[in-house]
Parts: sequence; C-alpha cells; structure tokens
Amino acid sequence: MLRLLEIEYNKLRYSRSARILIITYFILITFIALIASIEFNIGQIQFRVADQGIFNFPYIWHFNSYIAALLKIFLAIVIVSMMSNEYSNRTIKQNLIDGLSKKEFILSKFLTVLVFSGISTIFLFIVTLILGYSFSDFTEISIVFSDLEYILAYFIKLTGFFAFCMFLGILIKRSAFALGFLVVWAIFESILYGVLNFKVFKGTDIATNIMQFFPLEAMSNLVVEPFSRLNAVQAAANQIGGELDKDYGIHWYQLLIVIAWVFIFVYLSLFLLKKRDL
Amino acid sequence: MTAVNNLSFSIEKGNVYGILGPNGSGKSTTLGMVLNVVNKTSGEFRWFDGNTSTHDALKKVGAIIEHPNFYPYMTAAQNLALVCKIKGTNKAKVEEKLEIVGLLDRKDSKFKTFSLGMKQRLAIASALLNDPEILILDEPTNGLDPQGIHQIREIIRKIASGGTTILLASHLLDEVEKVCSHVVIIRKGVKLYSGPVDEIVSSHGFFELKAINMNRLQELLEKHPKIGKITDKEGMLTAFLEEPMEAEDINRYLFEHGLSLSFLIKRKESLEEQFLQLTNQTAEA
Repeated sequence: MLRLLEIEYNKLRYSRSARILIITYFILITFIALIASIEFNIGQIQFRVADQGIFNFPYIWHFNSYIAALLKIFLAIVIVSMMSNEYSNRTIKQNLIDGLSKKEFILSKFLTVLVFSGISTIFLFIVTLILGYSFSDFTEISIVFSDLEYILAYFIKLTGFFAFCMFLGILIKRSAFALGFLVVWAIFESILYGVLNFKVFKGTDIATNIMQFFPLEAMSNLVVEPFSRLNAVQAAANQIGGELDKDYGIHWYQLLIVIAWVFIFVYLSLFLLKKRDL
Repeated sequence: MTAVNNLSFSIEKGNVYGILGPNGSGKSTTLGMVLNVVNKTSGEFRWFDGNTSTHDALKKVGAIIEHPNFYPYMTAAQNLALVCKIKGTNKAKVEEKLEIVGLLDRKDSKFKTFSLGMKQRLAIASALLNDPEILILDEPTNGLDPQGIHQIREIIRKIASGGTTILLASHLLDEVEKVCSHVVIIRKGVKLYSGPVDEIVSSHGFFELKAINMNRLQELLEKHPKIGKITDKEGMLTAFLEEPMEAEDINRYLFEHGLSLSFLIKRKESLEEQFLQLTNQTAEA
C-alpha cells in the first residue's frame, strides 16, 4: 500500500503543473480568511461580512466546508490529468508490463484520491479552527466542537467527486474532454431535475427523492449552501414575508449514497481497465 | 478480426529467440498477450514452467513494447527510479544500467529532450533494472538511424552473451539472422516455422558454377549423385544439393572429368529468400 502511494507520489511530484495546481488549491483555502475583510459602504450603512457571524462556531464548520468544497475543481483537474496522462503518455501500458497489476494500478490512484481528500479535510479543519478562534463570539469547547459532521461530510463529498473524476479520466482518456464531460454531466443533472420537478412530478417531492441518487446531486446534498442560514438573510426573508425552511443537516443515508458511488466508480474503473486492450 | 490464430511455441532458457513476421502479422499482439496488456479470447500461456503467476513472473521479466513509454516531464534517472519502485527492486541499479546503454551523462536530462535512439536505449536500461531472466524486445531498432541500430544491436549482443534469454520481435530479417539463435516465423497470426535459424529450410545450399563449356558442365552435374535440380540463370548454372557436399569435392570431381571451372561458389539461401519462400508457400496454399 505504501509502495503504491510512493509510486503515485513519484509521478506527481515532478510534474510542474500538478505541483502548481495543488499549491494554489491549498493557498486558496487559507484565503477564506480574506472574506472577513470584505466591507461594503452603502451610503450611511456600513456592512462588514465579519460582523455577520459567519465565523461563529459552530456555523463556521458549515460555512467553510461549503466554500472550500467549491475549490475542489483544482484538485479535480490534477486527478483527471493524472489518469488521462497515463493513457496519452502510454505509460499505463509500461506500468503494467513492468509488473503493476491492473488492480494495483487502480488502487494506487484511489489511494491518491483518498490522500487528497484526507489532507484537504485536515487542512480545512486546522484553517477553520484558527479562523474560528480569531473571529468567533463563542469559544467554549463544547460549542467549538459541535457540528463536526460537516467536516466528515466534506471528506466524503471530496472523495466522491475525485472518484468520479478518476473514473472519467479512465473512461475518456483525454483530460480536456473528461473535464468537459464533467460539465456536461452537471448540466444534464440540473436539466433532468428541472424537467422532473417542474413538469413530470409537479408539486411533489418525487423529483427530489429521485435526484438525490444521482452522483453530483448526492454530493452537493451533503453540504448544502449555508448563506440562507445567516441571521441577516433570515431577517430579510422574514421582512418580505417569505419563510426559509431548509434542512441544513447531514443525514446518514446521504453519506451512504455518496459512499456507494465511490465504490461504483472505483469498480467501474477497474472493470474498464480489465476489459480494454492497451 | 483475428490478429493471432492458434499460435503456440515455447522458449527455453539461455537462447535468443526471434519472432519474425511482416508488419501486422501479430507479433506485438502475441507479446501483449503474454505481458497481460492485450486480452486473449482463448488459449493459455505459462511463465517459468507455470510455477509463478503472470503478475509475479512479470517482475522477473524485462520488456519494451514498440515505443519507449516514459513520463516526459521526468529525467532519465527519475523515470528509472519509478520503474524500480514498480518492480520492487533496489534503486542502486539505475546508474549501472544507464552506463550499459551509454546514457549515464544524460541521466539528469528530461525524457522529452531525448532523441528516439536515446529513448529506445533508456527503455532497454529500464527493462534491465531487475536483472531479468527473460528480456522481451519488440522492434527495438524501429525508426532508428544506422548508427542507432548498430548501438542497440551491440547492447543486445552484450546482454545475450551474459546468458539472458531474449525474445526479439522484428520484421527485419537480417536483424533476426544476426542476433537470434532460434526463430518463430508468423504471418497473419499463424505460425509458419519455429526452430533454429539455420534450419529454416532443410536445404544443404547450392553451387553457382560457370565454365567455358556450359553444356559439358551441365552434363557432368546431372550425373553427380548428390546434385538435384539444376537451373540456368543468366549464363550461370545453379545446382541444388540433395546431400551435404563441399565446394572442393565438386571442383575435384569436375576437374577429374576434364573440366575446369571459371567460377564456383557455394551458397545458402539467405534468411530473406527462405522467409519469402515460406510466406509465399502459404499465400498460395
């Protein structure tokens, strides 16, 4: 297992573009702190984002895991290209001839996916902790470490997304087209959702119930947007008479759906590799 | 589409084997199957008497297939270090093998800056990293200039003299003739011949002769018991042998019968002629 990770580490560390993307990704996560300094001056009203309570524990776990997850596209590029480059350099063939089994090949890639998600999660945990302690109004231990399930959901979400990218890299063999396919798939899911929700099953929950099993929808359901949870937004909604009633929680079955997708993607990748001639 | 059809052969330790066939005859496909990168529809293969799984066997094999495939952004030494990791061998051999193929002074250059000849030599170095028992080379001189071809052949000869079993696929006849002791000839995925290189056609060779009196020469040759077919080609007689005979013997025989030759040579069909003969036979059949 360590050997497989070492192999992948060796492949990635000398690739300049992969190095730049990975470093950019982690720097951008730390830049979440910069949101704190956003200020608007609308006439007499001064609006500071930091004062809106976004860095309060435990809300910050939710907020940061949502924002940080937006940046996952940087690592997605790294993962897609680390798969498809093996095809375009034809090194996958040489790897197999040199004595890596097909199972080991997929395993080494999946372990890399896990490591990327794991390091992102630990990194996010530390950044959030520091940010929280600097800005939060509450710093009691019991409050600080509540709602930690968002961190778990973040890890599962990233693993699911990266496993999807890994599969696309193998399926399509060209990084640009694989990323393009990812976008097309995202559009497909939202169109399908629209059609089901507003046409086929109008006025019922059926569309949502079906769509939660689709990979990207399942991943985005894990950490839903945190903005409407802010006091300011809630207050504004109340003023115009609307009521925001949204489920922000994380449910076990949502985690399970994404974990199931992870297995499906890994096994489909292995299946493709076994079936294809190189 | 059948690329390889009912092909079967075995190779023994210590010999240099050639797989010979025209382009598209299934050489690479055959090697791909035993290296587990091409899926076979039926049949089986065994490595090392069948005592090891293919996965383990490949760690005792060194192979290069068609193009040299390495990570372009990594240097020669980094690429070889990665191969060591995959094969699970010690990195210490990297410099030694680079030395063998004469790339030691370029070990810190990126792979993408290499010429084709250098890439090919790096591939051989990579295949040697685990001191393989069997070295598989698929068209190792393809696309190289004469100097590069010469370098690669020298390297192969050096490796072969160290007792490594070599399996070499090629469409170049003289390459196989120069390097290999045994040959498997295939055409359209079907085996035409397998055995030692010098026994491809059970021929004892032929004489080409010339004398002032050609009619008398032909007469005498026809009387000789060891000579079979005689053909006349551009003022020269070609006499095929049915039993082994040396040039001295025919010379003495003719001289004793009062005929002196102006030209005499004993030849064997080149591998090329034999190869064409073999492949044509089945084309008609």
